[in-house]
Amino acid sequence: MNNSVVNTGRLLAAGLRALLVLTVLTGVLYPLAVTGVAQALFDDKANGSEIKADGKVVGSSLIGQQGYSLDYFQPRPANGLGVNSVNTQYRLILSGATNRSGDNPELIKWVKEAKAKVVKDNSTADYKVVPAEVPADAVTSSGSGLDPDISPRYADLQVHRVAERNGLPVDQVRKLVEEHTDGRTLGFMGEPRVNVLELNVALRALTEGD
Amino acid sequence: MGPVTAGVLQLLALIGALALAYIPLGTYMARVYASDRHWRVERWIYKGIGADPDTEMRWPAYLRGVLAFSVVGVLFLYLLQRLQGVLPRSLGFRSIDPDQAFNTAVSFVTNTNWQSYYGEQAMGHVVQTAGLAVQNFVSAAVGIAVAVALVRGFARSRTGELGNFWADLVRGVVRVLVPLAAVAAVVLVACGAIQNFSGIHEVGQFMGGQQQWNGGAVASQEAIKEIGTNGGGYFNANSAHPFENPTPFSNLFEIFLILVIPFALTRTFGLMVGSVRQGYAILATMATIWIGFTALMMWTEFAHHGPAFDLAGGAYEGKEVRFGVGASSIFATSTTLTSTGAVNAFHSSFTGLGGGVAMLGMMLGEIAPGGTGSGLYGMLIMAVIAVFIAGLMVGRTPEYLGKKIGSREIKLAACYILVTPALVLVFTALAMALPTPANSMTNSGAHGFSEILYAYTSASNNNGSAFAGLNADTQWFNSTLGLCMLFGRFLPMVFVLALAGSLAEQTPVPATAGTLRTDKPLYAGLLVGTIIVITGLTYFPALALGPLAEGLA
Repeated sequence: MNNSVVNTGRLLAAGLRALLVLTVLTGVLYPLAVTGVAQALFDDKANGSEIKADGKVVGSSLIGQQGYSLDYFQPRPANGLGVNSVNTQYRLILSGATNRSGDNPELIKWVKEAKAKVVKDNSTADYKVVPAEVPADAVTSSGSGLDPDISPRYADLQVHRVAERNGLPVDQVRKLVEEHTDGRTLGFMGEPRVNVLELNVALRALTEGD
Repeated sequence: MGPVTAGVLQLLALIGALALAYIPLGTYMARVYASDRHWRVERWIYKGIGADPDTEMRWPAYLRGVLAFSVVGVLFLYLLQRLQGVLPRSLGFRSIDPDQAFNTAVSFVTNTNWQSYYGEQAMGHVVQTAGLAVQNFVSAAVGIAVAVALVRGFARSRTGELGNFWADLVRGVVRVLVPLAAVAAVVLVACGAIQNFSGIHEVGQFMGGQQQWNGGAVASQEAIKEIGTNGGGYFNANSAHPFENPTPFSNLFEIFLILVIPFALTRTFGLMVGSVRQGYAILATMATIWIGFTALMMWTEFAHHGPAFDLAGGAYEGKEVRFGVGASSIFATSTTLTSTGAVNAFHSSFTGLGGGVAMLGMMLGEIAPGGTGSGLYGMLIMAVIAVFIAGLMVGRTPEYLGKKIGSREIKLAACYILVTPALVLVFTALAMALPTPANSMTNSGAHGFSEILYAYTSASNNNGSAFAGLNADTQWFNSTLGLCMLFGRFLPMVFVLALAGSLAEQTPVPATAGTLRTDKPLYAGLLVGTIIVITGLTYFPALALGPLAEGLA
């Protein structure tokens, strides 16, 4: 047989053996070891930071949910979120963004409609929302479509509506929001935020406790 | 404190953390690749491979090792995806179609991690952990190996020997990447990234009903995805997904992981060529471009020019509240100035100029600081070009690190810098000229053109990020982007290794009073200028049709 063919074959065989050995190390041992440590030290987080209300799991504190009634605080829009199109034996959340550019007519329309809805929904008898005061996160979709947070400004803007619909004093709801507001980590990392699911769980506990 | 101040402080904190890691990690890596001792686990691995780690290789042999390992990697990953339907522990997910499996296999082996699939609905545990994540490790180690071979070319004389590919590959994985990734993965879990092997989670929702999400070994993959400058997300939303990047701290930590090896390799380089000052000059060049681009990105994103952003009152589309505009801008430039391509915010919804900055970062060749290994060798090629230009100006034979840059060397360097522009511009032109590829665009006009230009720029430079409005899961894009990734990765490596071989054979020339000092700020300035001018001249017309037209409208 041709010498170079033999050599190439040998080289490819060495490559395959290298790949298999390194696959055992980095594709089997490494993830298993990390999983072992993670499950031993942080089992709650490693399994998705599930959050309970009345003993029932109501989601993950990291995964934003859609479809809250107006009695509750509203999340950001999620126009890029989808459901799976393959392996349809499941109904999986498909994370994603809209990927629309700043001059995209559809995005302009979405922002306009979202803003009008935020103004309309949150204006009550004694509180009128000024369109210019609606923060940007209230009318735009996040990168994942699963943003669990809203800005403190957007939460504050919803306080009057939530108070009115639940028959609670405005100050009490505002205090609840403040308790669930996280500042920047160490004072400078990221942006201040309010976790919508955690806030709504606390709100429900408050209303059902009455 | 306002968001702009917070953004600047995060950048400063990141610079501080990188500075702290620079000397220990750079020195450690220099020892790893210079050591003549083998760890016991490494000896077992060499036995398994059937290779003698002490055999020196000349450049053709080194290159054959790189190519053989990579060919096998593509075939293995292709087969794994094609067989997913019958693999155990794969959640019952079906096999991947041939064109997409080819694209994905090439994508991960070339350190690109372009994704035409949606991770959470397509790839089961086995393909993710034993296929994709493995290439995250080994493709990064191959990149470092080639960079180290080039550095040896500068450091060695009167020999053609560049080291042993198998030893460099194994050491990169065992001594550098696995320990770093293991620590980083645990930190990410502590922040909230998931790490389990359970199946589909079905959990209740607040308003009733159920939601289903995919579990998996996410943190372990996320760690190496950033450290190896790979960028392929477990989930479609990549590092914007809260399970991959749960908190503001995890976000800054992930940016740190992306940058730490590429920057520290400049010290490894300095130590190996016997002058840490040479390493500082390269570091200064990289840092200047990275900081400049990040400042530019923050400026344009905070200014949020564009009709929809003006209406909304901020460029928050595609960005997460917990990161905000500042940290999203830092992530975006760090991911496109390296070969990472992970995203924590969606570049297609950045301002017109912001998208242009991201694209330009890739077009520079991803050298500031660049991918693991590929950043260093790309930057050293530009360093060779810069001394050549300086040599032309004063009319003497250029030298770099005591090696003459003669006609063979400059031809190889020139070939290197021609590969990716040729791929990007030719394939973008073809896609625009043909009737069907444009059907994949989500946006129209200048931004639609940008979607396609971005795709070929990203693939040819092995980045992997996207203007993700483009529906790239078509046979045309899967195939042509696959070819761009292959040629964009391996042709430059051929030229780098050939150059390394040629340099290693030379007898060094002693430095004289007339030698250009390449360890001085003046030279770093010349290098920055050379990079900007060469890239600018190559890509300006294309950029003018896309991001500039959109951003200046």
